[in-house]
Amino acid sequence: MAMNYNAKDEVDGGPPCPPGGTAKNRRPDNTAFKQQRLPAWQPILTAGTVLPTFFIIGLIFIPIGIGIFVTSNNIREIEIDYTGTDPSSPCNKCLSPNATPCFCTINFTLEQSFEGNVFMYYGLSNFYQNHRRYVKSRDDSQLNGDSSALLNPSKECEPYRRNEDKPIAPCGAIANSMFNDTLELFLVGNESYPIPIPLKKKGIAWWTDKNVKFRNPPGGESLKERFKDTTKPVNWVKPVYMLDSEPDNNGFINEDFIVWMRTAALPTFRKLYRLIERKSDLHPTLPAGRYYLNITYNYPVHSFDGRKRMILSTISWMGGKNPFLGIAYIAIGSISFLLGVVLLVINHKYRNSSNTADITI
Amino acid sequence: MAGEAVGKVRPWEENLQEESEEGSEGLTLGPLTSPVMSPSCRVSHGIAGTLLGEMALCAKKRPPEEERRARANDREYNEKFQYALIPQVSSLSWFTTIVPLVLVLAITAVKDATDDYFRHKSDNQVNNRQSQVLINGSLQQEPWMNVCVGDIIKLENNQFVAADLLLLSSSEPHGLCYIETAELDGETNMKVRQAIPVTSELGDISRLAKFDGEVVCEPPNNKLDRFSGTLYWKESKFPLSNQNMLLRGCVLRNTEWCFGLVVFAGPDTKLMQNSGRTKFKRTSIDRLMNTLVLWIFGFLVCMGVILAIGNAIWEHEVGTRFQAYLPWDEAVDSAFFSGFLSFWSYIIILNTVVPISLYVSVEVIRLGHSYFINWDKKMFCVKKRTPAEARTTTLNEELGQVEYVFSDKTGTLTQNIMVFSKCSISGRSYGDVFDVLGHKAELGERPEPVDFSFNPLADKKFLFWDPTLLEAVKMGDPHTHEFFRLLSLCHTVMSEEKNEGELYYKAQSPDEGALVTAARNFGFVFRSRTPKTITVHEMGIAVTYQLLAILDFNNIRKRMSVIVRNPEGRIRLYCKGADTILLDRLHPSTQELLSTTTDHLNEYAGEGLRTLVLAYKDLDEEYYGEWAQRRLQASLAQDSREDRLASVYEEVENDMVLLGATAIEDKLQQGVPETIALLTLANIKIWVLTGDKQETAVNIGYSCKMLTDDMTEVFVVTGHTVLEVREELRKAREKMMDSPHAVGNGLPCPEKCSSAKLTSVLEAVAGEYALVINGHSLAHALEADMELEFLETACACKAVICCRVTPLQKAQVVELVKKHKKAVTLAIGDGANDVSMIKTAHIGVGISGQEGIQAVLASDYSFSQFKFLQRLLLVHGRWSYLRMCKFLCYFFYKNFAFTMVHFWFGFFCGFSAQTVYDQYFITLYNIVYTSLPVLAMGVFDQDVPEQRSMEYPKLYEPGQLNLLFNKREFFICIAQGIYTSVLMFFIPYGVFAEATRDDGTQLADYQSFAVTVATSLVIVVSVQIGLDTGYWTAINHFFIWGSLAVYFAILFAMHSNGLFDMFPNQFRFVGNAQNTLAQPTVWLTITLTTVVCIMPVVAFRFLKLSLKPDLSDTVSGPLSAGGAGGRLSEPHGAAGHAGGGHPLSLGQTPVQPGAAVPRPRRYRCGPFPTLPGQVRYSQLVRKKQKAQHRCLRRVGRTGSRRSGYAFSHQEGFGELIMSGKNMRLSSLALAGFATRSSSSWIESLRRKKSDSASSPGGGAEKPLRG
Repeated sequence: MAMNYNAKDEVDGGPPCPPGGTAKNRRPDNTAFKQQRLPAWQPILTAGTVLPTFFIIGLIFIPIGIGIFVTSNNIREIEIDYTGTDPSSPCNKCLSPNATPCFCTINFTLEQSFEGNVFMYYGLSNFYQNHRRYVKSRDDSQLNGDSSALLNPSKECEPYRRNEDKPIAPCGAIANSMFNDTLELFLVGNESYPIPIPLKKKGIAWWTDKNVKFRNPPGGESLKERFKDTTKPVNWVKPVYMLDSEPDNNGFINEDFIVWMRTAALPTFRKLYRLIERKSDLHPTLPAGRYYLNITYNYPVHSFDGRKRMILSTISWMGGKNPFLGIAYIAIGSISFLLGVVLLVINHKYRNSSNTADITI
Repeated sequence: MAGEAVGKVRPWEENLQEESEEGSEGLTLGPLTSPVMSPSCRVSHGIAGTLLGEMALCAKKRPPEEERRARANDREYNEKFQYALIPQVSSLSWFTTIVPLVLVLAITAVKDATDDYFRHKSDNQVNNRQSQVLINGSLQQEPWMNVCVGDIIKLENNQFVAADLLLLSSSEPHGLCYIETAELDGETNMKVRQAIPVTSELGDISRLAKFDGEVVCEPPNNKLDRFSGTLYWKESKFPLSNQNMLLRGCVLRNTEWCFGLVVFAGPDTKLMQNSGRTKFKRTSIDRLMNTLVLWIFGFLVCMGVILAIGNAIWEHEVGTRFQAYLPWDEAVDSAFFSGFLSFWSYIIILNTVVPISLYVSVEVIRLGHSYFINWDKKMFCVKKRTPAEARTTTLNEELGQVEYVFSDKTGTLTQNIMVFSKCSISGRSYGDVFDVLGHKAELGERPEPVDFSFNPLADKKFLFWDPTLLEAVKMGDPHTHEFFRLLSLCHTVMSEEKNEGELYYKAQSPDEGALVTAARNFGFVFRSRTPKTITVHEMGIAVTYQLLAILDFNNIRKRMSVIVRNPEGRIRLYCKGADTILLDRLHPSTQELLSTTTDHLNEYAGEGLRTLVLAYKDLDEEYYGEWAQRRLQASLAQDSREDRLASVYEEVENDMVLLGATAIEDKLQQGVPETIALLTLANIKIWVLTGDKQETAVNIGYSCKMLTDDMTEVFVVTGHTVLEVREELRKAREKMMDSPHAVGNGLPCPEKCSSAKLTSVLEAVAGEYALVINGHSLAHALEADMELEFLETACACKAVICCRVTPLQKAQVVELVKKHKKAVTLAIGDGANDVSMIKTAHIGVGISGQEGIQAVLASDYSFSQFKFLQRLLLVHGRWSYLRMCKFLCYFFYKNFAFTMVHFWFGFFCGFSAQTVYDQYFITLYNIVYTSLPVLAMGVFDQDVPEQRSMEYPKLYEPGQLNLLFNKREFFICIAQGIYTSVLMFFIPYGVFAEATRDDGTQLADYQSFAVTVATSLVIVVSVQIGLDTGYWTAINHFFIWGSLAVYFAILFAMHSNGLFDMFPNQFRFVGNAQNTLAQPTVWLTITLTTVVCIMPVVAFRFLKLSLKPDLSDTVSGPLSAGGAGGRLSEPHGAAGHAGGGHPLSLGQTPVQPGAAVPRPRRYRCGPFPTLPGQVRYSQLVRKKQKAQHRCLRRVGRTGSRRSGYAFSHQEGFGELIMSGKNMRLSSLALAGFATRSSSSWIESLRRKKSDSASSPGGGAEKPLRG
C-alpha cells in the first residue's frame, strides 16, 4: 500500500527541504496511513447513482406493498367488543362490580368461513401494560423458579410483594392484574344444540418463554408443595398452582399466564387466547355461520374506560391483518418514484444550463 | 552621561522602599531557585485542569442527579446508588449512566496525562540545559533551572544566555563582548556589550570567585533596552546600564567566553517578563459546542416539563382510575407529585441528547488530527530533521478557520542569512542565472554554481551562479577589480585567522559580511587589519593598504567611506551607500553609466534585493593633507562635533566615480512568497510584526511579495505623538475612501467607530493599500481611544507591517484583532520575542529547528519552515475543521434520533418515563454501537484530495465564514434527528398496533417493539454515517460494518439463555432477538423505516449538489458531480460551476456564483502564458506576479529602491576600528605603532546609537508603553 505512493510523493510533494544530512528516525514513516493516503472509496451522490436508486426503491416497494396489502386483505378477522358499555349489550349487566361471577353471551355471524388455523385473541384497550411502574413490577427470578426469590420476591413487586406475611407468587402488579375472563366459542349449527369449538390452550406462548424464561420452582413434590409458604396474588381467585389441571401448563408455566406476563408495548393490544386448529383440508376451521361467544366476565375494565374484545383471525406468512404496512410500502414506493422523476427533471434542466455554460467556454 | 547619573541615584531610592524583597534579588547568596521555563508547564496543567473543569461544569449544568452521578467516584458512590434506586424516579439502572461516564472520564484523564507528560518532558529539556556555574571556586555544570540569582556563569561562544547577566569580563580586550539579539528583537546585526572597567580585569576563576560585589538595581520589568543599577564593590559605587547587561535570549557571538553575574533568573528575566500571561486556549467550535450543550439542556428541561405536565394530567385523568391494576406508589399522593417525579425520571432518560461521550470523542478526533500533523512527511524538514509537531491537541479544527496570520520576520520569513546575489559593474549586470536555452532559470533548476577552486582562501559556503563575473575578474577587467577591491576595503569587518587560510569574518552587520565574503571569493581577500592598515590578497598577491580614515556610517549619511593609500602611494576614497544619497554625489561625466546602473537598481529592487551603490574618488596628496587637517580640527571641536565632522565628510565625498551596485538577498525561507500568495488567496490576512528596523521590514515585505510596486499606496505611519499618529491614520483612511475606485461616501470616520462602520469602510475600499507602522506610533495607536481607528485602517489594507515593536506590543496587536474582529488569529514566530504573541493568538506556531526553542515551547504547533504553514492551514486545518463539523452534526443527529423516541413513547405509556429500549442498548448505543464509525469519519474523512486544497485556496473559506457548523447547521441536524425519531417510533407503532406474528402470537409486546426500534435505529444511523462518510477507507468499512455486526452479536448475546440463567432479573429479554428478528414483518418495518429516514436526506443532498454545489463538491475528484468541475488541466472551466472557484480569479475580482463564465484574465502586457497540464498552483501565482512586474517596469514606473546598507548597520564601528580597541594585542604589536588615543570610544558608540535612534530614518530605540 505504502509502496504505491512512493513514486507519487517524489512527483508532487518532494522533500520539503533540499536534501541535506541523512534522514533520521525522526522522519515520519511514509505509510499510506500516516500520510493520510489510505486508498479509499469516495462515494459521490451523482445523478447516475441517486436517480436509479430512487426508481429502484419505487419499483421494489410498490410490488411489495401490493403483496402485503393483498395478503393482509385475504386474512379473515372478526373483532367482537364485549366490554358491555353499551346498555343493549348482553354483557352490560356485568359492569356492576357485585355481579361475580357474571356470564354473558354474545352472538355473531361469520360471513365467510375461516380457513386454516384460526387464532382467538382477547384485546384490551386503554390498558397501560407499558407503564413503567407496571412493566417493572415483576420478579423474573421468581418466575424462573428460583426458590429464594420465590420466598423473598424482589422489591420491584411492591406493593404486591407480600400479603398476609407471605410472599406472593407470582408477585407484582403484572401478575396481579392477569386477565381472567373465560371465553368459549360455539357454532350454532344446523342441529338444535350448538357445537363447541375446541379451543387449544397450549402453544400460545413463545417457546423460549415457556421453556427458558418461566419455570416452576424445583422440587419433586406436587406443585402445591413447591408453592408452599407463598400466597396467591391479591386479585386472584385461585393460587398459581391451580391455573390449569395439566401439570405442564400449570404454575408459572401456564401459558395464559406467560402470555399475560409478556407485556404489551402499547396501551391497545391483543393477546393470543386460544388456538383453533385446522381439522382437515376439506373443511374450513370455522365455517361461515352463526356463532355465539360465552363469556365468564371477571375482568373489570370499565373503571378506566378500557375496552375488551374478542378477536378471531387467520394468519399469513407475515402474521395477522396488517393494513398499515402494505399501504405504507405502496405510499413510500410511489413517493420514491415520484421523487426520482422530480429529481430527474431538475437535474436535466440544470445539466442543460451547465452544459451550455461549458460550451461557451 | 546625564542619563547615567540619574540612573545611578534613582533606582537606589526606589530600592530603598523595596529593600526587603530586593535583598535576595540584589545579592549574591540568595538561594532563590527559579525554574527557567515554567509558563508552558502551566499551559499543560491548565489544559488538563480546565478540561476536567469543563466536564464538571457540564455536570453542574445538568439537573441535580446528574451532577451527583458525575461526581460519583468513591465516597458519594453509595449515596448515589441509593438515590438512583428511589423507585419513583429511577427509570434506568445505575450503570446506564455510570458506565459511559466512567469510561469517558478515564479516557480523558489518560489523554491529558500523556499530554502533560510530553509537555513536561520538553520543558525539562530547556530547564536541564547545562550552563557552567562558578561554585566554590570552580566551574560546574548545572542545569538552567538551578541557576540562582547571584551566581557567576561562564558563557561560551554561540551559547544562549540563560538568565539576565551583568557582564563581568570576557575573552575580548576591554571586557567587550558581542551578542546577537535576533531572538529578542529580531535585529540581525551584532551588538557590543562591555563590562565595567573594574570587573573586566577579572579574567581568571580564582579572582572571580573572590568577587563579592553587590548589585542593586531596578526590580524585574519588561523593558528590554533599559537597565539601571549600581554595583557596590570595594567600597565604591559603579553605575550600571543596559550596556553592561546580557539579557536572556541573546546569543554570544564572536567572543570566546565571558563571565556574567546573574541578576534576574527564571520568570524575572526581561524576556519572560515580556512573554505575557499564559491563557487557556479553546476553539470557537468548543465555545459553540458548550453553548449548544446548554441549549440542549434547556431543551431537555422543556421536554421534561412537557412530559411531567402530561404525566400529571394522565395520572389525574387515567391513572387514578387505573389504580385497581396499578396502584400509586406509597409516597405518591397526588397527580402533581407524580408529575414532579416523572420530570426527574425523564431528565434521566433523555439526558442522552447530550452524551458525555461527545467531549471525549472530540478529544479523540483532535488527537488523531494531531498525530496526522506529526506524521506528515511533507511537513518534515530534512535539513533540520524536524517533523512538524502538534504540541496541543485541542486546537486543530481552528486551523481551518484562521483569518489573520501574524508573522515574525527574522527567522520566520527570513533565514537571517544575507547573500551576495547580484551586482552591476560599470553598466553590466551579473548574477542572473540562465539555463542552457538562455531563459531565466527558476529556482531548483539551477546549473552548477561557479567554481572558486582557483582561490584557496575562498569561502566554501559562498555560492554564485553566474560564471561571467568570475570570467570578468580573471580577464582582469579593471572595473571589476576595482569593484571588488572596494568591497574588500570599505567595511568595518574584523578578520580572524586561527590557522593559515582559515579566515573568519566578524561582521557587525550581515550585509557587510556578505559583501566582504563575495569579494573574498572573487579573489580580493580581506586578510587582516590593524588600526592603520588593511591587508588584502588581490588575486593571490598580498597588498597592504594604509588606512587613512574611515568616514563612518550613520543614519543621515546612509553611506560609509574609507580613504586608503595603496602601496603605490596613491590616495583613493572608496564609498558605498544608499543609492538615493550616492547617486547625487557622482561626477557628472558618468551620466550614461548612471542611467544603466539605475535601471539595474530598479530591477534588483523589484526582486526584493537590498542594494548598495559603490563609488570611488581619487584624492591628491595635498588635498588629502589639507582635508585631514580640517577633519582633525572638527573632531577635536568641543561643540557640535558631529555636525562639523559631517560637513567635512560631505565635502570629500563628492564628484565620485560610479563603480556599480550590489544587490544582497536577505534570504527568505524557502517558499515564503508562494506561501504568502497562497494564503492571501485563501483570504487570510498576513501581518508582519517585527522588532527590526522599518527599512528592513519593508524590504522583506517587498521581497516576500506582501508589498508590491503596483499597490495603490503604502502608508507609513511614523508619528511620535498621539496627534501625529491620529492624523496620519486619518489621512490614510481618507485616501482610501477618496480614491477614485472607492464607492463609499468618503466621510472620515469620527472618533468612535462602530463595528458597522468598520465594515462599511472595509467594503468601500478598492485598490490595494498597505500600512507600515512604527513602534512609537503603534504605542499610541494601541491606546484605548485610538485602537479602533488603527484597526479599521489596518484591516482595510491588504498588507500590514509593524516594525520596531516590542514583544508585548506584538501581543497587543494580536489581542486587538482578536478582540474586535471576532476572527481566528494565528501567530507564527521563532524567537523568544514572539512568545507573547504566540501565547496571545488563538493559535501559536513556533518555528522549530532553530537554536532557541522558547517560541516552540510556548506554541501550539511547531515546524521548521514558514512554508509549511500553508499545508498546516489549507490541508490539515481545513480537513480538521471539516471533519469536526461533520462529526458534530452527525453526533447531535444520532443522539436526538436516539433519545427523542422516548419523548414520543411518553404519550403512549402514560408519561411514565418508560424507556423504549432495553437498558443495555441505552448504555451501549453511544459507546459501542455508534461511536467508532463516526470517530473514523472524524479522523479520516476527506472531501477533496490534499493537492486540491492547495490548488483552490478558496476551499478554505467555509471555515473562515464558519459555514460548516453553526447554529443553523445545528438546528438542521436536530431537526433531522427529531424527524428520524418520529419515524422511528410511529412506523413501528403503526405496524405493531394490531398486528400479530406469523405464529399467531402477539407481535406488539414491549420487548419486541424495543428490539425493532433499536435495530432500525442502529441501521438508520449506520446508513446515515455511511452517507456522511466521504472517504471510505478500510478502517471506515471495518468500523461501520463492524458496528452493525457488534450490535447484532451483543443483541443475541444479551438475549441468550445463558446470561438469563445467571442473572434472570438483569437479562429479561431472553429469547427476544431470535423470536423478533425471525419475523418478516419486523424486517419489513426496519427496511421501511430506514428508507423513509434516509430518502429525504439523499434527495436534499442531491438537490444541493446539482443546484448549489460547494466548491469542494466541484473539485472533489475526477468523479465530480458537476462534470467539468475541477479539472486541473482546464482551470478556466471550473469557475462557472464553482462560484468563484477559479484558481486564477481568486482574490482579485469576486465572481458571483452562477454569473457569466469569466473569460481568461488578460494582463496588461500580453496574454497569460498558456498553461501546461498539471501546473502547480504556486507557480501560477509566481508567474502571474512576474508578469505584472515586467509590465510595470515596461510601463516605466520606478520600482521602490531599497538600500540595504542603511538599515543593518550601526554607527561607531569605524571609530572603534581606528582606535584599535577591539584588536588583539598581538595584532596591535604587529602593527607596531601606537593607537590614537580615544578612550571614550565606547561612550561615543553608545551616544551615536542613541542619536541615531532619534533620527527619523531608523531609530534604535524601542518605544515602550506604561
